[in-house]
Amino acid sequence: MSTKVVDRAPLTFYERTYLPAILGGLKVTAKHFADTVFKGNSVTMQYPEERWVVPEGYRGAPYLVKDQDGATKCVSCQLCEFVCPPKAIRITPPGADGLTADRKNAEKMPKEFEINMLRCIFCGMCQEVCPEEAIFLQKDYSITGENRESMIFNKEKLLKLGGTHAGIQKWKNKLEEAQAQETFPVDAQ
Amino acid sequence: MEAINYLNPTAQMILFSALKIGVVFGVVMTAVAYAVLVERKVSAWIQNRVGPNRTAPFFINYLPVIGPLLVRLGIFQPAADGLKFLLKEDFTPSYVRKVYFWLAPAITVIPALLTVAVIPFGSNLGSEKMVIADLNVGILYTFGIVSLGVYGIVLAGYGSNSKYPFLGSIRSTAQMISYEIAMGMSVIPIFILTESLNLSDIIRYQAENGWMILKQPLAFVIFLIASFAETNRLPFDLPESESELVGGYHTEYSSMKFALFFLGEYANMIASAAMMVTLFLGGWTLPFIDALNLPASSLLLGLIHIGVFFAKMAFFMIVFIWVRWMLPRFRYDQLMDLGWRRFIPLALANIVVTALVVALFNN
Ligand code: SF4
Ligand code: SF4
Repeated sequence: MSTKVVDRAPLTFYERTYLPAILGGLKVTAKHFADTVFKGNSVTMQYPEERWVVPEGYRGAPYLVKDQDGATKCVSCQLCEFVCPPKAIRITPPGADGLTADRKNAEKMPKEFEINMLRCIFCGMCQEVCPEEAIFLQKDYSITGENRESMIFNKEKLLKLGGTHAGIQKWKNKLEEAQAQETFPVDAQ
Repeated sequence: MEAINYLNPTAQMILFSALKIGVVFGVVMTAVAYAVLVERKVSAWIQNRVGPNRTAPFFINYLPVIGPLLVRLGIFQPAADGLKFLLKEDFTPSYVRKVYFWLAPAITVIPALLTVAVIPFGSNLGSEKMVIADLNVGILYTFGIVSLGVYGIVLAGYGSNSKYPFLGSIRSTAQMISYEIAMGMSVIPIFILTESLNLSDIIRYQAENGWMILKQPLAFVIFLIASFAETNRLPFDLPESESELVGGYHTEYSSMKFALFFLGEYANMIASAAMMVTLFLGGWTLPFIDALNLPASSLLLGLIHIGVFFAKMAFFMIVFIWVRWMLPRFRYDQLMDLGWRRFIPLALANIVVTALVVALFNN
C-alpha cells in the first residue's frame, strides 16, 4: 500500500505566537456581533408570534374533515382504529339503530371518535387507510394541554379543527356518475 | 450622624467595615447577576441570536417606551434566574460522598468573595477609604485565598463520585499547578517597582508614574492569560468543558448548589477583573486629570472614582465574555506546556530584567 505523505509546513514564528488565531477569532466574532446588533440579522424566530412555515406534505396532527356540504365524511368503518400502530384512535360506532349519517350515500357515522394526541405518532396510516378520505394529517405541530385528558381530542373537536376538505369529492363524483347513468340517453337507433 | 463621632475608633471601624462589607457584597452579587445577563446577551449577539428578551414583571405595562426596551434587553432576567434556582429541586444523588458534596460549592464561592475585601474600589468617601481591608500584604492575601477556590472544584469532583466530575477535577488540579506559579511570578516586577504589597500603594504609584500596563506589558499579558485559567473561562475551561465532560465538576449538582458554583465562577471573574484593574490599569485613577488622579476631596469625586473603577472592570468582564467565543478550548497538556515552558521562563526573565533595570538606573 502506498502512503501519501502530506507535507505540513511548519508554523512560522508569527503563527506560533498564536496571534493570528486571536485576530481571526476577533474578526469573526466582531463581524457576527455587528451583524446582529446593527443590522438585526438574527436567526432567532420569536416563536409564539412568528411561526415556522410548514411545508406541503407535513405530517402534523390527524383531524377529521367535513365534505363540501359540511357533513361528516367518516362512516365509522373503524379501519383507522384498526391500523393505527400505537392505538391512538378509539371509535364508538353508532350501533344497530343509532345515528345515521348526515349526508347522502353513507349509512352511518361514528357516535364518538377520539384520538389521543399523546399516543399518536403522526405516522399517517389512518389517512392512508381511510376509504372515505375523512381523516387527514394536517399542519398543526404544537399540540399542548394541561393534563392527559385534554390531550384526547373528541369527535366534535376533531371535526372543528379539521375543517372542510373539499379537495377530494369522491361521493359527489360517484353520485353524479350514478345520476348521469340514470338519465343516460338510451338511443334506440 | 452625630452619634458616630462619640463612638470609640474600634466601634467606628467595625461599623464602617460592616457597612462597606454589606454594600460591596450587595454590589458584587448584583454584578454577578448582571454579568450573567451580559454574558448571555453578548454570546447571543455573537452567535446571531437574540438572547433573553421575555422576562417582564407585571408593572412593565405602565412604562410606555422604556418598559418594552428593558424587557427586550432582558433587564429582569437575572431576577427570574435567581428565583428559578431557589425554587428548583435540590437533588443529591445517592452515590455521592455527602460531606464533600455539600462542602464543595461553599468552598468555591467563599474565596471568590473574600478576595474582593482587599480591592480598593475607590479613593475615599468623606474620610473613609473605599477598601474593606487595607492590608499591607494585600496581594499575598489575594493569591493565598484565590487558590483555595480550586479545592472547591477538586472536592466537587471527588465528592460527586462519578466519572465526568472526577475528570473535571483532575484537569482542574493540573490546570492550577500550571498557571498559578506563572501568575504569581508575573506580578513580582510590580512589587519591585512599587516597593509595596499594599494595593492602595500600588494605585498611588501608578497615579504618579503612569499605568503599570505600559511599564510591564509582558507581566500584564501573562497575568491576563493566567486569569482566564484561574476563572475557568474559555479557552481554559477544562474542568467544565461542557462539550467533553457534560458539565465537568458540577455535572451532579442542581438547584442552589449549582447556582453557588455559577456564582463562584462569576465572582471569580469579577475579582480577577478587579485585580487586573488595580495592578495594571491604575485602579480608580484616570491620568491627565488631577482631580481624578488624586484621592477624592469631595463626595462626588469619590463616587466618580468608584464609577471609573467599575467602568474599567466592566471592560475586562466584556473581554472575558468575548474571548469565550473567539478561541477554541486548549487541550490540557497544551495548557501545561504553556504554563510551564512559556510563561514561567518569561515571568522569570521579566523579574530579572526589571530587577536589573531598577538596580542599575534608580540610583
Ligand atoms: S397518524 Fe398514525 S398514530 Fe396517529 S392516529 Fe393516525 S394512524 Fe394513529
Ligand atoms: S376516519 Fe376513515 S378509516 Fe377511520 S373510521 Fe372514519 S371512515 Fe373509517
